[in-house]
Amino acid sequence: MNQISLSEPLLETPLLEMRGISKSFPGVKALNDVNIALYAGKVTALIGENGAGKSTLVKILTGIYQSDEGEIHVDGSPVAFANAQDAIDFGVTAIHQETVLFDELSVAENIFLGHAPKTRLGFVNWKAVNARALALLHSLESNIDPRTRLKDLSIAQRHLVAIARALSVDARIVIMDEPTAALSRKEVDDLFQIVKRLKSHGKAILFISHKFDEVYEIADNFAVFRDGKAVGSGVLAGVAQDEIVRLMVGRSIEHAFPKVAIPLGEAVLSVENYTHPTEFRDITFALKKGEIFGIYGLVGAGRSEICQSLFGVTRPSGGTLKLDGKEIVIRSPGDAIKAGIVYVPEERGRHGAVLQLPIYQNISLPSLVRTSRSGFLRAAEEFALARKYAERFDLRAAALSVPVGTLSGGNQQKVVIGKWLATHPKILILDEPTKGIDIGSKAAVHAFISELAGEGLSIIMVSSELPEILGMSDRVLVMREGLSAGIYERDHMSAEALVRAATGNA
Amino acid sequence: MVTQLFKYREMLLVVIIAVLLAAFSARSPGFARAGNLANIFNDTSILIILALGQMTVILTKSIDLSVAANVAFTGMAIGMLNAGYPQLPLILIILVAIGIGAVLGAINGLFVWKLNIPSIVVTLGTLTIYRGMAFVLSGGTWVNAHQMTEPFLQTPRQLVLGLPVLGWTAIIVMALMYLVISRTFLGRAIYASGGNPTAAVYAGIDVGRTRFFAFVISGTLAGLCAYLWVSRYAVAYVDIAAGFELDTVAACVIGGISTLGGIGSVAGAVLGALFLGVIKNALPVINISPFAQMAISGSVIIAAVIFNARQERRRGRIILRDRGASEQIEVTA
Repeated sequence: MNQISLSEPLLETPLLEMRGISKSFPGVKALNDVNIALYAGKVTALIGENGAGKSTLVKILTGIYQSDEGEIHVDGSPVAFANAQDAIDFGVTAIHQETVLFDELSVAENIFLGHAPKTRLGFVNWKAVNARALALLHSLESNIDPRTRLKDLSIAQRHLVAIARALSVDARIVIMDEPTAALSRKEVDDLFQIVKRLKSHGKAILFISHKFDEVYEIADNFAVFRDGKAVGSGVLAGVAQDEIVRLMVGRSIEHAFPKVAIPLGEAVLSVENYTHPTEFRDITFALKKGEIFGIYGLVGAGRSEICQSLFGVTRPSGGTLKLDGKEIVIRSPGDAIKAGIVYVPEERGRHGAVLQLPIYQNISLPSLVRTSRSGFLRAAEEFALARKYAERFDLRAAALSVPVGTLSGGNQQKVVIGKWLATHPKILILDEPTKGIDIGSKAAVHAFISELAGEGLSIIMVSSELPEILGMSDRVLVMREGLSAGIYERDHMSAEALVRAATGNA
Repeated sequence: MVTQLFKYREMLLVVIIAVLLAAFSARSPGFARAGNLANIFNDTSILIILALGQMTVILTKSIDLSVAANVAFTGMAIGMLNAGYPQLPLILIILVAIGIGAVLGAINGLFVWKLNIPSIVVTLGTLTIYRGMAFVLSGGTWVNAHQMTEPFLQTPRQLVLGLPVLGWTAIIVMALMYLVISRTFLGRAIYASGGNPTAAVYAGIDVGRTRFFAFVISGTLAGLCAYLWVSRYAVAYVDIAAGFELDTVAACVIGGISTLGGIGSVAGAVLGALFLGVIKNALPVINISPFAQMAISGSVIIAAVIFNARQERRRGRIILRDRGASEQIEVTA
């Protein structure tokens, strides 16, 4: 076992320890002789690329899967998690990436679902449920009303409810699986306050994240997984980020942001005083040919909403749009595609592919508004288009006529990207292009974005990730509460300046 | 080779129908004679046409429960028109039927498109309204055979190459629908709108408008069927085709059209309708009561749903959703 210890061994008895855990699925060894230890009052960051075995480990820890080999020790004595309830009984609880809660139930009901206090007759004691929920939320310094329906809460508030739920079962070991994926910087800060409070209460926390700045901010210890093996662990302090990246990928990544300086051309798209009834107001900017124009701001600042209205999904209530100097009106996504504007949405799974349709029909779908003649399709052209982009992206499939649903995840992504480029756009709007993908794939996406800009495409890139915005953009529009908080040139961008503008801390 | 063919569930239905025909003709020689088969097809024509309309709507992730009520109202209207103005040429009456049917379908479509009301609610409402309108129009009276003109009654019965015009009408509708569904932009939009409505919007397809046109197609075909129905049974009254909307849905489900939208084919809907037609025609021949017929149809529908659901699980896996879920799906697959 090539277990690399980067720092002095940890001497204290762990609250929970997994020893020699292996788990196989048909054809895959998901975990191979893995050790990990969680300590009371410590945050352990679990780091690894997609497919490194993080999710499998979490499922074993929460009793959803059972390991083939190895043991779990709680407080130094061996235990077995035969099912999810066993794990809960031993105080293990998980807060998932997309929290698994119930939209139509109240906050209090969500917190106590399955273990609500009962009256003597066996009915739910609603008074106690609400009172205890209120107390729990207060202990997290939140003033959410326990009677609010969950669907009325923000994502950050939902996380809080999930954490309150974890605390309501007296969890001692809290697993946080990418809790910050959908949060803005401010919300992440609030979450970290809570994590610190959990630490001070002696909870052991397993924190899974892709974001190194967050890992360094919150974690005490770390464990790095690669290809189902634990390749390194120890105390985080004093370990350089490069070292962790090297462990993760087995090689060092030199250029995380392959930004290529491209001489910018004329303004392609001019947005003037763009206004939406509720989401944003008086947004003005001009996108140049070959430019990567970043839009940064907290979640809810109106970034995606601007892009959606540029693409015709929603209609603005005021302002003008000029394409190549000519004023245009975009009433629908069909209009936008015809004008050469394409929007690659944030949730590429949900918004991207029609899984039942064959590959070639998916690739040609957004182009049909352009290529069909008086309502009739032309199969030969559809195939030609599909073949071109399948080759460009090295798509692996038995035939272009197989349904997209039968492809692997990576190949589905290629279809989704191919179908947008097949429309020959002039302007490409990318909403969170690398959200939730691992560091190796991120670099590939960034290289690809640079390549497209090099070909003369103008790109609008919405992102919540500062390094991405700073690394990739020629200029950045910072938004705060639906208003422009300034446009920053590449020479004048700094993390501090952008965050200050986005949060309004002058 | 054989397994290759069975990849298409339509092929499986063909085989099942063939086996049924063979079994029935073993019990009752002559059942599988060409003349009798043409009869069965002719007898199923109206169901085939309505099922194709229903299929179009279901493909867009909607449902049209008002088709049979549309047939009743339109049938009553043209029956009265024929009785009241016998000099009107038949072609005009058929055009009026198609027009009324299309308008009733468009009303459903507009509610679904412009007001964004779930189609099951809209058409449950219009199902009652359209049939109520048929009553209001007729005052509850019947239009009987002796009030109808000769061409009105006889045209669908004319034999052309051994098959009545009614059967030929179904064949023409099948061909047209195949063209619309697989060769036009609208057809592709219909599959995309049902398969993943959000992705369809982002690909520049107006999902609401697409659904509207699906309802117009369904209504138009219902209007055509109104004439065929009234002519075939030589009577128009408020309760004609009562409950027939469920037969059209059943034909679609048996034919492998997913009630969740986005999956299905013209061949599937036609075969589903033919399957029901064969059962309906065959069981009396071998002395099985109509009540057992209903139970058999019902069992077949459930069996078809189970079969199709298993097929789906084998094929369309959702991998993109999120990484956590994808890992699980990939390893369990």
